[in-house]
Amino acid sequence: MTLDQANARGRKRVSERITEPRIGAGAAAVASLWPVVLGILIAWFLQQWVAPAIGPFYAKVVLDIGIAIVAASSLNIVNGFGGQFSIGHAGFMMVGGYAAAWLTYYGSIQLWGSPALHGGFLGGGDLLFLCGCLLAGIVAAAAGLLVGLPSLRLRGDYLAIVTLGFGEIIRVLIQRTGDVMSPVDAQAAGMAGTIGNLGGSLGFGGIPTYTRIFYVYVFVTIVVVCAYRLKISSRGRALLAVRENEVAAEAVGINTARVKIVAFVLSAFFAGIGGTLFAHELGTTLNAQELGFQKSIDIVIMVVLGGMGSVTGVIMAAAILTVMPELFREFSDYRMPIYALALIIVMIVRPQGLFGIKELWDTQLWRRIQKAKDGA
Amino acid sequence: MSAAASLPAAASASAASPALEANDLSLSFGGLVAVDGFSLTLAEKGLVGLIGPNGAGKTTVFNLFTGVYRPVRGEIRLGDQRIDGMKPSAIAAAGLARTFQNIRLFGNLSVLDNVRTAAGLRARSGLFRSLLRTPMYLAEEQAILERSLELLDMLGIAHRAGERAQSLPYGEQRKLEIARALATEPKVLLLDEPVAGMNANEKREMRALIQGLRDSFEVAILLIEHDMGLVMELCEHITVLDHGVTIATGNAAKIQSDPRVIEAYLGTTEDTAVVAAASAAARAPGAE
Repeated sequence: MTLDQANARGRKRVSERITEPRIGAGAAAVASLWPVVLGILIAWFLQQWVAPAIGPFYAKVVLDIGIAIVAASSLNIVNGFGGQFSIGHAGFMMVGGYAAAWLTYYGSIQLWGSPALHGGFLGGGDLLFLCGCLLAGIVAAAAGLLVGLPSLRLRGDYLAIVTLGFGEIIRVLIQRTGDVMSPVDAQAAGMAGTIGNLGGSLGFGGIPTYTRIFYVYVFVTIVVVCAYRLKISSRGRALLAVRENEVAAEAVGINTARVKIVAFVLSAFFAGIGGTLFAHELGTTLNAQELGFQKSIDIVIMVVLGGMGSVTGVIMAAAILTVMPELFREFSDYRMPIYALALIIVMIVRPQGLFGIKELWDTQLWRRIQKAKDGA
Repeated sequence: MSAAASLPAAASASAASPALEANDLSLSFGGLVAVDGFSLTLAEKGLVGLIGPNGAGKTTVFNLFTGVYRPVRGEIRLGDQRIDGMKPSAIAAAGLARTFQNIRLFGNLSVLDNVRTAAGLRARSGLFRSLLRTPMYLAEEQAILERSLELLDMLGIAHRAGERAQSLPYGEQRKLEIARALATEPKVLLLDEPVAGMNANEKREMRALIQGLRDSFEVAILLIEHDMGLVMELCEHITVLDHGVTIATGNAAKIQSDPRVIEAYLGTTEDTAVVAAASAAARAPGAE
């Protein structure tokens, strides 16, 4: 089509082109929800069949992989899509984790007299836990808003320092809280009276362990679907544009301030849920130290290694970097040097990460595999 | 200062309210006056050139129009709307698009996504609709996709749609910048040196393109360009800036013979014998 031919059509604006939706409400709902349903089925499959088959040790590894995916995929929204280098992501997990732990621990005491597990699958305790996830998301999102504001004025290293500082502030604040109250005291104090008692530097022990593989992978599904859909939507492209060139992004009508804040809030929301899953895991005493700077760096490494902006790349990096230390337990002393070395090598050889901005199915390797399949 | 301000606003062909109008714009960085008393009228579907030697303040004027800088004095109107003091993104939404002298593409995104990003300005679906992929959102994305492909087609770079913007040759990057600017559905398009660094062939192509744009998109164009041939042929009206001051306005013939313009570009008498020979007739005495 030449310019002349396009003359008549060229004036047609986007708004004039929007046609009536071609599909009905039912079909639309199916199209919208099938990945989530599929994810829930996979989560159920992992919970019911995979976990018993592989034993408790590997079941915990699978669970940890899920939490790592939630954490890394949510960070990918800010770091990968938005290009805002945040190294305080564990801080959002901490905020969310503690908020949810407070709700489930003290809530259980108020409701049922003890912080023990209550009810079966989707019973009262599980519902309380899911409420905790929501609360965690909201509280962390509020923190995200707070941390997002400096991102309007700062970039690069300076923003990184602010996010780092945020994580440390949260850690110190939590470590200054009082000891966990006993059920009797907690009942006397009421919910509001217990906010200041999150275990301090000793950690928050006795949190009911509601985190199961099923719930973890349901949230993995939600985070991954959201991240991917964001990436391929106009809103997500706006975020990528901010990363690529802020001046040009403004020039094409993208409100960069708003876009960055939204990214921070959304990312923190999911991080809060990740923190909840982490806090309610079996065998952990929730300790602010564990969600400190080191954890933030671990998550950053997953995003950088997987590819800033690649949803599938980050999933794979999260899985690999969670499994590796478990497989090589005897070398655990060398974990950090190896991490650092791997990071340096990747930054030299592939500064855009393993996948760059591409998804698994956009890569050369994948195409070659497909071609080989077609040939065979 | 006042001499420049008192210059008549560019006489536009049409009597209707102009697409873009600036009155007495001024901006200084510290003690340096970058733009002083700049006025300009760009008629609907008009094509006006903005020229001047390096450092004259042409790009600064663009930055004032697009909200990158705020004028310390003066006002800017886009149609009936006053846009000075608005954020760049709001100005783009109001219908003013630009390209950049030093190309600013979204380098790691595909060519198509560069244009789609800009077309997304006209999308109404918010975050939740995007995440839920509602029918309304899908219809909108489809419209954006079609529109973007069409724009790429019109600029002759549709075959590059899947490639990374960064990997495009220079000339095509410039075209992509224009496609991206057009995708925001502007009423006024500011082109900052669209043929810089291009060869004669590419320049010819670009000239035809710019002329075509005006008709296809009913867009008014303000053009910064150092290529005098292009400016003289394309623009019905030209404004000449030097040291932030408007030194001449008028049509091509008038500009070419204006002594102050010649002086700004080529220096004063004692500098260049060549100039004296070339334009002795046009030189007015006592310009200094």
